[in-house]
Amino acid sequence: MITKPIHTKLLYGFILLAALLLPLYAPDPYMFQVIIMSLIFAIAVLAMNLIIGFTGQASLAHAAFFGFGAYGVAIMTKAGISFWLALPAAASISALLGLVIGPPALRTRGSYFAIVTLAFGVIVWIVAGNWVQVTGGHNGIFGIPRPTPIPIPFLGEIEFFEQTAQYYLVLAFLLLTLFIMHRLVYSVFGLTFMAIRNNEPLADAVGINTFTTKLIAFVTANFFAGLAGGLYVAIIGAVSPSVASHMLTFNFLIFLILGGMATLTGPVVGAFAIPILMEWLQELGHFRMLFFGVLLIVTIIYFPRGLVGGIRQLNQKIADWRQTKS
Amino acid sequence: MELFLQQVFNGIMFGSTYAIVALGLTLVMGILHIPNFAHGHLYMLGGYITYFFITSLGLGYWPSLLLSIIVLGILGVIMEAIVYRPLHDQPHINAFIAAVGALLVLEAMAEVIWGPQGLRIPNPYPHTFQFLGIIMSVQRLLVIIGAVVLIVLLHLFLKKTLTGTTIEAVAQNREGAMLNGINVNRVSALTFFISSGTAAVAASFISPIFVISPAMGAIIGMKAFIIVILGGMGSIPGAIIGGYFLGLIESLGGGYVSAAYKDVIAFGALIVIFSFKPTGLFGKKEG
Repeated sequence: MITKPIHTKLLYGFILLAALLLPLYAPDPYMFQVIIMSLIFAIAVLAMNLIIGFTGQASLAHAAFFGFGAYGVAIMTKAGISFWLALPAAASISALLGLVIGPPALRTRGSYFAIVTLAFGVIVWIVAGNWVQVTGGHNGIFGIPRPTPIPIPFLGEIEFFEQTAQYYLVLAFLLLTLFIMHRLVYSVFGLTFMAIRNNEPLADAVGINTFTTKLIAFVTANFFAGLAGGLYVAIIGAVSPSVASHMLTFNFLIFLILGGMATLTGPVVGAFAIPILMEWLQELGHFRMLFFGVLLIVTIIYFPRGLVGGIRQLNQKIADWRQTKS
Repeated sequence: MELFLQQVFNGIMFGSTYAIVALGLTLVMGILHIPNFAHGHLYMLGGYITYFFITSLGLGYWPSLLLSIIVLGILGVIMEAIVYRPLHDQPHINAFIAAVGALLVLEAMAEVIWGPQGLRIPNPYPHTFQFLGIIMSVQRLLVIIGAVVLIVLLHLFLKKTLTGTTIEAVAQNREGAMLNGINVNRVSALTFFISSGTAAVAASFISPIFVISPAMGAIIGMKAFIIVILGGMGSIPGAIIGGYFLGLIESLGGGYVSAAYKDVIAFGALIVIFSFKPTGLFGKKEG
């Protein structure tokens, strides 16, 4: 029956179980924190994957939208608004700003689009560093409250001061994002994203409204980027302009490409594995980025579908080989 | 009036740097259709290599400049061969991602070797003087005059020599050039050599005046990209005019409007212009 050496459903079930039980065997608080962060990044990278991996538009303003979500939640919760209201509001603001910048930016194609979005990202970063009254300038904003506790009748309330609670909160949002992305990408509408990536003039010719489709992908991606940003500040408790900088975008890009573009598992694997790898390589200092830069180039040349794509290919090859043998 | 003239002078000086950097980028972009997003980082490394020859090996300013051109030129050729050539038939976005990888490598290289803090190349011509109320230094004049000399030399090379015309031939029609027996790979390597070499010149001219740091490549690279796109891919006059124009606008904007937001001008202008003309000001189709 099972000819492939890796059986996907079993594997995913196992990973889900391992994720649910993770707080039981997390090595130490520091590493646990790194894991929580990487799950938040996974949400942002899944969003980036929608616009870059599935739709083929290299949006390099991703950290800017992550930043909108982050600053949005920071400012709103500091003003006393509940986190549960501030988070969707901040994500919606991020999506709305995507709707504003999207139409002019998406008229351009290829590397022009990459440059326009990057330019927008740099503007956001500069403004975040200089608009002291609102963003706190280069120092950023401190003392952001943790997510508001959820009251549960007769049982008290769930608070988010403990890492375990924060972990499950983030995991829930990641699973929700994965679920929505899965429904979106494997729907008929999701196929139009890939049609645009593979051949935009052809997609246009068969009657797909390419501009609207790209805009929807862009706005959806920015909504989830904002969501990830909002979660990030609520867990970290502080925000500075670096969350909106192009360096964070490049980090997301590394997670995405090394994990595997245009797959749903790739971004999660990349966002989960690489920050942990980066922690392990801490003592290498600046050599780390040298290493990841080279890895990025090698991956895009030889394995454009990243780690997950490479494993899938290998899995299929072994399955084919077994089939011909039997 | 003096303030205005001073800003114009500084603007021309920055513009000279922008013009040379954009010139190198437009050659690569227009001729080879490679989005070499790491161009600003090559510029940054050019400054460091000159710094290395002057302070670590104790060479003079001009020999260091010359060696820096050669070293960076070779680095550019290597980069083309390993990073961009394998991606020639791939979607554009892949070359762009590879370029991001390349710039991360270059920035990390500078940080590993020289550290993240700013460094200054000893100024060979620190003498300052006043002219029409403007404070000038010999080095600042060198930036401006050197840029003009470099642009003229490059123009003569591209138009008057056989090797230079092969570059233009590839730009006009790649297949046609191949049919005429032009070795396109050799032309690619040569173009990258010139592009990186000129970046080294630009960085070496201005680095005795301002500090060099590993992070400086990103912003100037983006600005060069903007100049190239607005001035028209592959258009040499476009890059030169665009470079001086941006230098002047930034200097005047920084002096009269806001110094903190002066970098926003270039990036904002790009977004505004693209909203009206998605293919750039001199609307050629992108490669």
